[in-house]
Amino acid sequence: MNGIHDLGGRDGLGPINPTPAEPVWKAEWEKHAHTFFPLAFRAGFFGVDQFRFGMEQIEPVEYLTSTYYEHWVHSVVHHGVRHGQLDPTEIEKRTQYYLENPDAPLPEGKDPEGELVAFLEAVIPAGAPAGRDTGKKAKFAVGDRVTVVADAPKGHTRRAGYIRGKTGVIDLAHGEMIYPDTAGNDRGEAPEHVYTVRFTNEELWGAEEAEPNGSVTFDVWEPYIVPAKS
Amino acid sequence: MSAPERATQAEIAARVKAIESIMIEKGLMTTEAVDRLAEIYENEVGPQLGAKVVAKAWTDPDFRKRLLANATEACAELGIGGLQGEDMVAVEDTDDIHHVIVCTLCSCYPWPVLGLPPNWYKMPQYRASLVRAPRRVLREEFGYDVPESVEIRVWDSSSELRYWVLPQRPAGTDRMTEDELAALVTRDSMIGVGPTKAAA
Repeated sequence: MNGIHDLGGRDGLGPINPTPAEPVWKAEWEKHAHTFFPLAFRAGFFGVDQFRFGMEQIEPVEYLTSTYYEHWVHSVVHHGVRHGQLDPTEIEKRTQYYLENPDAPLPEGKDPEGELVAFLEAVIPAGAPAGRDTGKKAKFAVGDRVTVVADAPKGHTRRAGYIRGKTGVIDLAHGEMIYPDTAGNDRGEAPEHVYTVRFTNEELWGAEEAEPNGSVTFDVWEPYIVPAKS
Repeated sequence: MSAPERATQAEIAARVKAIESIMIEKGLMTTEAVDRLAEIYENEVGPQLGAKVVAKAWTDPDFRKRLLANATEACAELGIGGLQGEDMVAVEDTDDIHHVIVCTLCSCYPWPVLGLPPNWYKMPQYRASLVRAPRRVLREEFGYDVPESVEIRVWDSSSELRYWVLPQRPAGTDRMTEDELAALVTRDSMIGVGPTKAAA
């Protein structure tokens, strides 16, 4: 979708203000918000592509002005409600309760065997690889000149606005991976070959504005590209 | 136009607690799981792991080759890998090329070698501007001057590939041990927005 999340190349957002050092969590609630992600994934709320699509649908002003983990909370609720695991009215009711009673304890946990901790201890070092091998032949190879198609799907996609219609050269080929345009929209993994394409700064931003001596690489799935004309 | 009304920290904290209470009652979450996850990303998984990989690559040419050929497999040799680093690519800085990483579409970052990303990495300002004017951003926002003669390659992590930078070994470090070298490697040098530390 042409959402506000698609930020590459936007001007006027202000300074970055990087901090030399900062704690991993800025507030206690962020730890809890982070833990929602692997455990809601385990509970079947979403895959990582759907999780991203949930964040992309945040209202634009909120997306730009809220803190980072609020985006995660938004997506967890979006999918939890969709799957009937979370009830918005119940969330509101309990939010009011904890707002009035911030020190009220959480309910007693129901995991006598420690399966949830075991899940985290297994998935964090092992990961959840997106690579697949269906045996499909790659249409492109390293060194090929390709152009990104202009299509602007309304659902989830990883076609950033700033690379659409642009021409570059394939730098790396990675084999097949889960395809976001299906997976993020509840249409399954449908793996496609992934390539890293290098675009010159001039191709992306025009000769007048582009910084000299530089390039940007962007990973594309095979349906995103066609052979470049000439 | 008035400023949008933002949720206060107290409101967000209450909302997170509300959601967690529902998840706990359904048996999908426990506070023990929260504590364990926090412990992992506070104390176990962080940029010290990436620094160890970089120091080994600086001192072991065969390992360096394996790292550049397949970073996931090379890191696995050191017991490093996992969530959000299932497919890693290390890109090597040289005298002629400097690399920087970003995720313009969200906040993708190689957790197994760098830990969780700093806030500025995930916020709109860095994501929007880095691909458009990397040399200016590095100079003006990070105080990191990359000479005009050096090509800057920005890597936008749009897929599950996780890029990170193998910085150049600082001068005057010939006699240093791997542990001493690792202490010179900064998180920022592996993102590409800052230098390694100079040899003391």
